[in-house]
Amino acid sequence: MTSSPAVPRSDVRLHIVTGKGGTGKTTVAAALALALAGHSQRVLLAEVEERQGISQTFDVPPLGPEETRVARTASGGEVVGLSVEPKRALMEYLQLFYKLGRAGRILEKFGAVDFATTIAPGVRDVLLIGRVYEANRRRLDGKHKGQGPPAYDALVLDAPPTGRIGRFLGVNSEVADLAKVGPIHSQSQSIMRLLTSTQAQVHFVTLLEEMPVQETLEAVAELREKGLHPGFVVVNMVREPLLDDAALEQARAGRLHRSSITNQLVEAGVKATPGLVDGLMTEARDHAHRVDLEREQLELLTASGLPIISLPALPEGAADSGSIRQLADLIATQGMV
Amino acid sequence: MTSATASNTASNTGSKSASKTASAPVLDVDALLADPATEIIVCCGSGGVGKTTTAAALGLRAAESGRRTVVLTIDPARRLAQSLGLTELDNTPREVHGIDTSAGGSLHAMMLDMKRTFDEVVIAHSEPDKAEQILANPFYQAVSSSFAGTQEYMAMEKLGQLKSSADDWDLIIVDTPPSRSALDFLDAPNRLGSFLDGRFIRLMTAPAKLSGRAGLKVFGFGVQLVSSTLTKILGGQMLQDLETFVSALETMFGGFRERADVTYRLLSQEGTAFIVVAAPERDALREASFFVDRLEADRMPLAGLVVNRIGQVAASGLTPAKALSVAEALDESGGPRSATNAAGVLRLHAALVKTAERQRELADRFTRAHPGIPVTHVPALSRDVHDLESLREVGNALAGA
Ligand SMILES: Nc1ncnc2c1ncn2[C@@H]1O[C@H](COP(=O)(O)OP(=O)(O)OP(=O)(O)O)[C@@H](O)[C@H]1O
Ligand SMILES: Nc1ncnc2c1ncn2[C@@H]1O[C@H](COP(=O)(O)OP(=O)(O)OP(=O)(O)O)[C@@H](O)[C@H]1O
Ligand SMILES: [Mg+2]
Ligand SMILES: [Mg+2]
Repeated sequence: MTSSPAVPRSDVRLHIVTGKGGTGKTTVAAALALALAGHSQRVLLAEVEERQGISQTFDVPPLGPEETRVARTASGGEVVGLSVEPKRALMEYLQLFYKLGRAGRILEKFGAVDFATTIAPGVRDVLLIGRVYEANRRRLDGKHKGQGPPAYDALVLDAPPTGRIGRFLGVNSEVADLAKVGPIHSQSQSIMRLLTSTQAQVHFVTLLEEMPVQETLEAVAELREKGLHPGFVVVNMVREPLLDDAALEQARAGRLHRSSITNQLVEAGVKATPGLVDGLMTEARDHAHRVDLEREQLELLTASGLPIISLPALPEGAADSGSIRQLADLIATQGMV
Repeated sequence: MTSATASNTASNTGSKSASKTASAPVLDVDALLADPATEIIVCCGSGGVGKTTTAAALGLRAAESGRRTVVLTIDPARRLAQSLGLTELDNTPREVHGIDTSAGGSLHAMMLDMKRTFDEVVIAHSEPDKAEQILANPFYQAVSSSFAGTQEYMAMEKLGQLKSSADDWDLIIVDTPPSRSALDFLDAPNRLGSFLDGRFIRLMTAPAKLSGRAGLKVFGFGVQLVSSTLTKILGGQMLQDLETFVSALETMFGGFRERADVTYRLLSQEGTAFIVVAAPERDALREASFFVDRLEADRMPLAGLVVNRIGQVAASGLTPAKALSVAEALDESGGPRSATNAAGVLRLHAALVKTAERQRELADRFTRAHPGIPVTHVPALSRDVHDLESLREVGNALAGA
């Protein structure tokens, strides 16, 4: 189902994963990070909503504000997890760029830190992305300049949902407009340069249902408008139809051959009452409708022109590291990394 | 699908689960809607579970049974909005056509425009020139359109407005914003309030009040450092915008807090009923649990739980194990086309029954933890719910009819 992506894969360092709430953003971000690490890479996986999604997904203790390894791959790659916390990010930022240790504490005491991280327009988002931006620039030696090897080969951001992604990623240009001069201004400009470069791609996780697909298509348009680069559409929790196309066709039209199915059932020793057979026919027809609806949605996604990969609904859910590995393999074999 | 089959299968599923979950009292939706004492119904739940659908279906059912009803929806799916006649966000209730008004009821619906609601509050509570200054301020614009909690706050605000202009309706049904946690609806307005009361705000308003930055001295030495640091980081312009915003809004803060408090009290009154919506999934039911506990702790009136989108089983009397073993036998026999079809149909049936069983077990678990809470089940329709016909189907299922 894949076609060649708009941007050559090798260029992409920052993968931003969005999608409607509950579609599997965190799960897919984790699997993508693991798939990238499978190429013996060092990968940072960052979440920004303070929900401990990463630690739950990888079955590890809750992440503190430090970058902590959460998984290793056979090839020697690793996934490092980070739960970005805005207050902490602000303090680190002040320290890093202004050596403002004491003033930082006073800002905190006067509630300015709370203010900045909750209500000042966009500052919270700038800090969250800024933290990822910083990790992207960092070299292995911990410095932020020079030509040394980078601290991370790739970064995956488990981003806010489609309803907020445009604002979240666009916030830096808004803030750059708001703060017309000064360090916040130049910081937000450089972040925007990274986000709109070919090094960054936004991936969309969706189910084959109307609302998440609608939101995906709207977000794709919005982000393109803002100069960001949509990457892959990941169709998650896919269930294969349980009837083949010919049977679906008949079921939809209510023409599944009733008497022969009844005969088959009777021969196999099932007490095929008319009520039972009616019920089975209804189930088959509803299933056909559901499959139609899903195919309509898939067509809408295909029309967006973005490469699509699909991940199955795992019967036991996906909340453990074994499932994540399974999904990571599927991501790799479908050519997303 | 036809509504006849849907209600058949609905009652089918319903009666089966009723026998298994004997301890869960049934949520009598029709009695709730018919009771003239019911004035407000709030539909809560975690993201995507069917809050908007439930609110609209309840509204339609109430209207068709004779109540003069208004539904306040938040971000409805586009096609649902269209079928309710909500083609634009104009922040006023519009009459919904195409409903049965023979019982004397009526239905109005509106979509919440959060920014506009906020603007209206500002305009209503400040001098014209001051209002203009606030509306143009970049900080205000950010708070009114993107501060986490503004949507919840404004939903409450709008509810208060609808309540006080209650001439056209006697029942208000409120949808709540999509959020991860149902609790946000109760907590967010408070968060906005406590921010507005915070120390930083008082600090920022000090210079305006005491004419000039010298006033900051009242807070002691540290303030100068704060102020110069902020200037350094944010730039002078942004800091000035901030000061204007804070001092301009300050005159209104009392108003905001009071109004939030009034609406919050409205929610705990007799005439209000909370309906918690959940999908038959672990996460959604866990959220529903938290929410139910919280309502109890706050003495908020809970009517019951809606478990929405329960998988439907139309064929009764065939266990998954039997269905699967027959399917296997049919496949092995390498029979004609009809054998393949029969095997497919049986596999489908087995999957449906297993899903329904798992879902029922999850719902039972909720009931074991909250034994007294009335529950109703709504089947998953085979199409999305976005016309009046399917809303009626959902309404029927809600009422167990
Ligand atoms: N392919 C899959 N198969 C089965 N279960 C899955 C799959 N993908 C995700 N899940 C499950 O679905 C639920 C939601 O997934 P996840 O938390 O990744 O979504 P999300 O989009 O990050 O949600 P939120 O918007 O709340 O952050 C989880 O319980 C997860 O284990
Ligand atoms: N019983 C049902 N059968 C089939 N589809 C349903 C059912 N209930 C809801 N849906 C569909 O599920 C989707 C989500 O429903 P809805 O918008 O009501 O959820 P919500 O809780 O309001 O979501 P949000 O948290 O995003 O506001 C819609 O497409 C709706 O048509
Ligand atoms: Mg998540
Ligand atoms: Mg909704």
